[in-house]
Amino acid sequence: MNDTHTVIKVGIADLNIVTAPDTIRTSGLGSCVGAVIYDLPKKIAGLAHIMLPNSTFAKQTQINAYKYADTAIDRLVEQLLDNGARQHALKAKLAGGAQMFQFLSSDTMRIGPRNVEAVQQKLTEHQISIVSLDVGGSCGRTIEFDPDTGKLKIRTVNKGEAVI
Amino acid sequence: MDFNAGFSIVQMDVLREIGNIGSGNAATSMSKLINKKIDMQVPSVNVVAFDEVMEMIGGPDKLIVALYIRIQGEAPGSVYFILTKEEAEFLVRQITDDTEFKLLDDKAPNDIAISALHEIGNILAGSYLSALSDFTGINMQPSVPSLSVDMAGAILTVGLLELSHVTDYAIVIDTKINDQSDSSGIHGQFLLLPDPESFSKIFSNLGINEHE
Repeated sequence: MNDTHTVIKVGIADLNIVTAPDTIRTSGLGSCVGAVIYDLPKKIAGLAHIMLPNSTFAKQTQINAYKYADTAIDRLVEQLLDNGARQHALKAKLAGGAQMFQFLSSDTMRIGPRNVEAVQQKLTEHQISIVSLDVGGSCGRTIEFDPDTGKLKIRTVNKGEAVI
Repeated sequence: MDFNAGFSIVQMDVLREIGNIGSGNAATSMSKLINKKIDMQVPSVNVVAFDEVMEMIGGPDKLIVALYIRIQGEAPGSVYFILTKEEAEFLVRQITDDTEFKLLDDKAPNDIAISALHEIGNILAGSYLSALSDFTGINMQPSVPSLSVDMAGAILTVGLLELSHVTDYAIVIDTKINDQSDSSGIHGQFLLLPDPESFSKIFSNLGINEHE
């Protein structure tokens, strides 16, 4: 097999875009949400590794827009459109939003589900439908998206690999 | 205080000493538990981006066994005691005499072994924290410890959440402890991640001026 594609890696509170035949990956999602937005016919996709739901509660003067669901989704859609994706063709897939530990204070505890809700709300605002998602639970996930097939590969420690 | 401006040399020394005292106490507990001599390395204090925190453990994908304790009280923060899967298995075998023990086996998990691992973590992190509390004179209340066997990225993010509201950098006080056997030994790692507001409390309690 002569497979020469590159895997673009997205770190925590970061985002990037990719075109086929390359793929895009982010590792070790816990309470964070990995949001993939893609235009399948154009074979272009973007992935954001979102850490917190809402930038309006940030206590920083200069915020990292890629860290929050509300700002990161805006930027991701913007970058995709700038690179040839079409608004009406955009679809999304989500993974992550787990709750790694059970005992934490209510605010920290709900961060996973709150991230998922915030991303879903933002996608609705952009009129992007969510094709599939694998969220919640209490396990870490590593995800990789292939813009050529539109498939999102999800690896966990206990359950091996799944494709959504 | 301005979190991103960095610390003075004195302040860094204080943080290093905190790691030293905590881990020293924990190493003694560990040594008693497995009846072996335990060494510890000089702690490092690093101001790192979130991604680099994961890299310090071996990358966000790496499978780790972590015991997480949330510190509540005057100087809140997070403490992790981290082992690799093999090290955790070795430790459980040493203590329970279950020579077959494996984590994430297809068979049902051995409750006694998991409980032993939990207790080991509890003892070590408890001794780490009590030394810290004695040294700083700050009342620190540990939460119930939580054990997780999962990807480093997923586990460590929990400790970064409080910080992430304020900054994109974490101050990590990192200490490694080793037993003296060469191969299949224990190389535990303690990570202390104080919440942003805790630093001024720690420094002022130790008589260090913020701008010294």
